[in-house]
Amino acid sequence: MQSAVEFRNISKAFGAVQANADVSFPIAKGSIHGVIGENGAGKSTLMSILYGYYNADSGQVLVDGQPRSIRTSHEAIALGIGMVHQHFMLVENMTVLDNVMLGNEGGVKLAAKRGAVEATLREICDRYRLDVDPLATVHDLSVGAQQRVEILKQIYRSANILILDEPTAVLTAQETASLFEILRLFKEQGKTIILITHKLQEIMEITDEVTVMRAGRVVGAVKTAETSREQLAGMMVGRPLQSELPRAPFNPGADVLKVSNLQLKDANGVALLSDIGFTLRAGEIVAIAGVSGNGQSELLEILSGMRLPTSGRVEFLGRELPYGGRANADGLPATFRALGIGHVPEDRLRDGVIKDFSVMQNTVFGYQDDVKNRWGLFDYKKIAQRCAHLMTAFDVRPNNPDLRIGLLSGGNQQKVVIAREVAAQPKLMLVGQPTRGVDIGTIESIHTQLLRLRDEGVAILLSSVELEEVRALADRIIVMCGGRIAGILPIDEFDTTRIGLLMGGMHNSPARHRA
Amino acid sequence: MKKTELPRWATGFVLPILNLMSALLVAALVIHLLGESPSASLRILVDSAILDPEGLAYTLFYASTFIFAGLAVSIAMQAGLFNIGAEGQMYVGGLGLTWAVLALDAHLPGWLMIPIAMTGAAAFGALWAFIPGYLQAKRGSHVVVTTIMFNFIAASLMNFVIVKYLIPEGQQNPASRVFADSAALPLLNKILPVLGDTPLNISFIVAILALVIYGVVVWRSSWGYKLQATGLNAHAAHYAGVKISRTIIVTMLVSGALAGLGAVNSVMGSTHYLSLNFPAGAGFVGIAIALMGRQHPVGIFLSSVLFGALIQGGFDLSLEKPNIPQETFIFIQGLIILFCGAMENFYAPAILKLINLTRPNKGA
Repeated sequence: MQSAVEFRNISKAFGAVQANADVSFPIAKGSIHGVIGENGAGKSTLMSILYGYYNADSGQVLVDGQPRSIRTSHEAIALGIGMVHQHFMLVENMTVLDNVMLGNEGGVKLAAKRGAVEATLREICDRYRLDVDPLATVHDLSVGAQQRVEILKQIYRSANILILDEPTAVLTAQETASLFEILRLFKEQGKTIILITHKLQEIMEITDEVTVMRAGRVVGAVKTAETSREQLAGMMVGRPLQSELPRAPFNPGADVLKVSNLQLKDANGVALLSDIGFTLRAGEIVAIAGVSGNGQSELLEILSGMRLPTSGRVEFLGRELPYGGRANADGLPATFRALGIGHVPEDRLRDGVIKDFSVMQNTVFGYQDDVKNRWGLFDYKKIAQRCAHLMTAFDVRPNNPDLRIGLLSGGNQQKVVIAREVAAQPKLMLVGQPTRGVDIGTIESIHTQLLRLRDEGVAILLSSVELEEVRALADRIIVMCGGRIAGILPIDEFDTTRIGLLMGGMHNSPARHRA
Repeated sequence: MKKTELPRWATGFVLPILNLMSALLVAALVIHLLGESPSASLRILVDSAILDPEGLAYTLFYASTFIFAGLAVSIAMQAGLFNIGAEGQMYVGGLGLTWAVLALDAHLPGWLMIPIAMTGAAAFGALWAFIPGYLQAKRGSHVVVTTIMFNFIAASLMNFVIVKYLIPEGQQNPASRVFADSAALPLLNKILPVLGDTPLNISFIVAILALVIYGVVVWRSSWGYKLQATGLNAHAAHYAGVKISRTIIVTMLVSGALAGLGAVNSVMGSTHYLSLNFPAGAGFVGIAIALMGRQHPVGIFLSSVLFGALIQGGFDLSLEKPNIPQETFIFIQGLIILFCGAMENFYAPAILKLINLTRPNKGA
């Protein structure tokens, strides 16, 4: 069978992070091809290369058997490649018709073209049963309908190869079912679909072939009919780390953190966290596993004081954390820090550092009121000494305290953040994605630091989308899915398949599996 | 390694100079089109604004007001707030000092009267900035929009107060009564007779002091650190425990107080009464000064002196060269804002390329 798209030895690096390494696989014409992998496995980078957002460092992309260099998304569209992004690219206060025509107006006079386009759209909607009114305003449409508008846009631009990036992340079960109907119709018309997802059930349900990616590489390519969810989950999360880092025997102390019945709703009343309850003891690392966006970020934000819970109770060292009686969390992180809660935030550049401050300035970030004299002025001599000490102890490179931290690599930025939080000698350390965007060489040094902290009796709650990391660090694992705790298991019951299924929203009981 | 961003000497020094040169070049072109010689005009400008002691005194007199306006805009910028309202805050600050002076100048000696009047100016300026600050912090109303509106409200309010309450009986001029001598700022020509009969006064020294304090507070204090963090990345500042809304409100209070202090120089140092529309755009010049001086004390000082010199020199220029109208100053000011503000990094890519060309290739 001829392939619609073929990747040949695609490699792409961002700084020290290898996002794609030697990726090669064909996508058969007229098929639905699934690409799965954990967050950061390189799926999106690969699709961005196909769609012309990024240029590969090396390798070739073949479209319909011809080697093509796709430098912009315009070129991709001209080759019949269309992409439906996870976040829709629609102008909300314009009609469906105008959204489709945007960028395709074809001249100054709109009115004449409008009629023709509208007729075409109605015809496409009928053919693919899209059920979208071209004259409706986008913000009046449901999320599922907005997605269909995106698809409509691609068909109108005569896309033969459609890339869908996590299309079901925002859909209800019924909307997902109807999306799959549309995709099957598509396939019948001879079009090719590339489906990027981390939901195993969808892969099993709709794809013909699956490519599994991990850490930028292709780790498996199978026909869907010849595989199983378990096999895919195993490939996706990979085997455990080869070398085990030294750690003291598990000997937890007193309860440090006790979370009970924690709830969080967003402004629209949608539940982000439901019935969260667990206990964390001194000298213990509890790792939250889960696909990102399942409530882990919100949980850490609440526990660090950056966000208020809707209801629930959190005890820290036997005292209830002061969430009550506030309109917002403004300034609350300072209170929590003073109580002994350290926080390494998951999005370093958004929360953890000020990119335009020097490394030295960043080593007091969050502790700025602890390093002032009685006039409110910084004692720069003391700060410089402290900074020099931290940079040496945590091996921050280059060892230049006056460099803007934005110029450091992700791994070294993370070392600065961890050094700063460790230096405050917290009783509880919250760590979000300890090694996201961190070069491989630095990962082990960060893991070693966290384990040392645990051995010294600090309670550590970390969240990670990397199961290997969870495996390497945790004493106990909390699996989260859809804002709930899907399961809590001790490390000796670690089982990638079981955790993968819990993460994917599938329960343990075989009765609930769908064949 | 190829450099991807400019070193500090280039952004802090070379870029502003290039931008300023570009603005002056365009100005020279226009002066040429008006039928006058640009080089002769420049000579008159420099002679009358810098080289002549009395001219220099006037330049620094104007600069004193501008320093306060520039500081007011700059400190707000440090916190990521674009305070367009320095004009209105200065205007209302003038009311604060006038109120204090009218009530007390008959009873108090100068050494007491002047600090009280200054406090009044700062307090009223701060009050006028408080409402936009509060609305930004608590309601998310954009401070740019509210401060612009407050300029208009200030103009109307002052019109009303001056005309209705402050014009002495039997007078036509829309202005307050003339202050008593105790409210007159000591002039610097008492110490430096070479300055002649010029209004340069202790405001200039207070302005220099304010520059130093501003530098220390922004770069050396924990509060300044939080202020900068809020301006650079509010998410991260929240993570660091900074009370964002309080920081916004306090910053606007300080900004307004600085703008209010800008009223002291001209009202108590030169006119000695409160008149309609006395700031005459100084608050807006503060925006240009903050942009051009990159919110750095030295930069603010130099740009304030530049704008002071443009007013002083421009005035003399229009006297000597009848083809050049006095509004040329406003025109040049506009050009400087265009080049130093809107097109701030216009030359950055070129300089970067030049630096990379001249550097020996190390590694890849």
